[in-house]
Amino acid sequence: MQELIKAKAIELLESGAVDRVLGWKAGEFFYDLTPAVFTSAAEVERDFVYSVFSGANFSKYLIAESRKEGKVAAFLKPCDTYSFNQLLKEHRIWRDRVHVVGIACDGMCDIDKIRAAGARGVTAVERDGETLRISTLYGERTMAKADAEAERCVHCKSRKLVAYDEKLGEDGEVIADSGRFDQVAQLEAMTPDERYAFWRGELSRCIRCNACRDVCPACSCEKCVFDNPKSGIAQKAAANSFEESLFHIIRAFHVASRCTDCGECSRVCPQKIPLHLLNRKFIKDIDELYGDYQAGADLETKPPLMAFTTDDCEPSVVYERGGKQG
Amino acid sequence: MKQLPIARLPELFAAMAAGRTLYIPADDGGQARFLPYRDGMEMTRALNTVRSAKDLFFPQTENLVGFQVRGREIALEETRDEVEPFVVFGVRACDAASFRILDTVFLAEPADTFYQTRRACGTVVTLACGQPEETCFCTAFGIDPAEPGGDAACWMDGETLYLRANTEKGAQLLDSLPLLEEAGDDAPGTAQAAIRAVAERLPLGKLDLTGFDGAHLMEKFNHPAWAKLSESCLGCGTCTFVCPTCQCYDIRDFDTGRGVRRFRCWDSCMYSDFTMMAHGTNRPTQLERFRQRFMHKLVYYPADHDGVYGCVGCGRCLTRCPISMNIVKVAKTLGEETT
Amino acid sequence: MQVTNEFKPTIVAFCCNWCSYAGADLSGTNRLSYPANVKIIRVPCSCRVNPMFILRAFQRGADGVILCGCHPGDCHYTTGNYYTRRRMTLLFSMLDYLGIEKERTRVEWVSAAEGAKFAATMNEFVETVTKLGENKRLEDLRCKN
Repeated sequence: MQELIKAKAIELLESGAVDRVLGWKAGEFFYDLTPAVFTSAAEVERDFVYSVFSGANFSKYLIAESRKEGKVAAFLKPCDTYSFNQLLKEHRIWRDRVHVVGIACDGMCDIDKIRAAGARGVTAVERDGETLRISTLYGERTMAKADAEAERCVHCKSRKLVAYDEKLGEDGEVIADSGRFDQVAQLEAMTPDERYAFWRGELSRCIRCNACRDVCPACSCEKCVFDNPKSGIAQKAAANSFEESLFHIIRAFHVASRCTDCGECSRVCPQKIPLHLLNRKFIKDIDELYGDYQAGADLETKPPLMAFTTDDCEPSVVYERGGKQG
Repeated sequence: MKQLPIARLPELFAAMAAGRTLYIPADDGGQARFLPYRDGMEMTRALNTVRSAKDLFFPQTENLVGFQVRGREIALEETRDEVEPFVVFGVRACDAASFRILDTVFLAEPADTFYQTRRACGTVVTLACGQPEETCFCTAFGIDPAEPGGDAACWMDGETLYLRANTEKGAQLLDSLPLLEEAGDDAPGTAQAAIRAVAERLPLGKLDLTGFDGAHLMEKFNHPAWAKLSESCLGCGTCTFVCPTCQCYDIRDFDTGRGVRRFRCWDSCMYSDFTMMAHGTNRPTQLERFRQRFMHKLVYYPADHDGVYGCVGCGRCLTRCPISMNIVKVAKTLGEETT
Repeated sequence: MQVTNEFKPTIVAFCCNWCSYAGADLSGTNRLSYPANVKIIRVPCSCRVNPMFILRAFQRGADGVILCGCHPGDCHYTTGNYYTRRRMTLLFSMLDYLGIEKERTRVEWVSAAEGAKFAATMNEFVETVTKLGENKRLEDLRCKN
């Protein structure tokens, strides 16, 4: 796959079809790939890497890239194409300046899962079919690729490319039984006290680095309310538990019905807070109360929070739904 | 030199925690951090904590002073946290070295009394790294992971823990722990040799920093590579908040409805509103913000402090950056064309 | 004078200008009583209330927050309260998901003619929140002293 993608990038650059290519650049190790803009075949040849660590979603970069002169090509994985579509719907990307190459994906890996499995001083990982061969400062080991997959890939919602100009490899289908709401349902089944304890434990680790917000394709405001001193709630650090909750509730609410569940927020969190569980709660509620909806699946359907029907349920429905009573 | 069987570590922790707070690196929701020791708590298996030991001396938020409004009177309110003696165990050599940098900043006249009080109350017990990670590069800054520093240092060798006091404060602590047995001065020698052998093999351990100094300041500042390096930076604060040497903070007022709580909190040079003051002309794009962070650590700081870099090579930013851009990549790229 | 330690919750009621605020007015004119610890904030439409208002009311000491608007179909701006309905349903569900007592939040549709309903709703809501006790899970201690 890497060779196919590199060849395509070079072809697009050399034919003059595009001026720039968004891709993953090699780092010090096999896993620390950095999103980068490639402008020449030589650069692609030297530095372009596509591997199980090419997790970064390029859709958000296209907001800025598509506003520059010339045309940019981007390699988007199936889940990235949902974010791309959603941004198109919100008129954030200039479509005619982007050439989307859809690429098939069978799940990305998470270096932290490899480390959590006990590998220390990991200096290289090679994929051999369904096995990862891991070299470390302290010896060699292997691990099933499936065990190293990122959480969002374990519960992949769709292997279908929903937006592209051309595609490489064969994409798959929407995965109906992804199980991505299982953990939300488990939380819902707990008592309020248990839920409160769970979320306090998770959110109290937040260091307010804003990585979740800054990476989120749905968070594309020019000036975030939390950065705006005139908003009255601008914060650079959460001073107490209230401010920790405030930030995450408001952020999740602001992206509700626009979040495609790409999982970038949880991927980038330095404290590994399962932020996707907040987004998925909104998605699950929307599906149950207002009918199934997948943000970014198409360009036409109105997001549920920008629509209504006259016979919607009343907010009091919340008192009767889910969970053990405390 | 003192020693203790590692199996008796819980007893040591209990003794250290008697009459004061002991912090040890332990897991909190799968992430390592310094937590107040409670009976039965175990040390994390992770090499290092997500946030550094800096947190205990320079917390992310800290109350400075309060103002209460009563009628036409405004009363000043003391909101400073009480600090009591504490011990932090298991600090790595890199974090211990970061205190030298923080001390230079906060203890220079006029000293920051908040930091000063915490430094005076805290005793740092370091622990040598048996198995460094591939992201470790403390050796590039002349830090010896086999001689971890702090008020007292520890080494683990097989079944034995060796402890040695480095300062008066460290000696007081170790002397107050009767369960420790005497050991020969060169007892951790084998452990140290093993650590140095691994350190020798660290892939980033020999990072070349030639040319990162005051003499090359403008050359580095105007380097064309900054544009490419900063291109995909998200502008989040992860690198700065997990960094043991980042020390920028902002002072803010919180309106409680009845008065004001003035507090300080960490700030990040990566943020768009960093140093945004009345002039309204702070660094305009991510390129300048990104450049500031690395210029500060690799050029400005050594230029002002006899060549001491503002980085200790702990590797936290390498593992945590969402886009895997980091100080090593920056140093290597900018170092390529040093004249 | 006898000092009682009975807990009196602070309630914030966001009322839309066109229906619920007038309903509150009517309940006053009709001399119907509702507890004095209900603080009314008038908003142009129930859909003006963004989740931040509700969270900040809790931050600043509210023990319960109620949002009143025109009955669905009767919005002065035709459709505002339909949006409110979806937003608040999801917000309350999220608060519940975080373990914050869902009974502390409520939406009620009160028309300008429903003075009695306004008073009854407030009485009932104050009673519910009094039973729950002080808001601890969304409090900001800095605002409490």
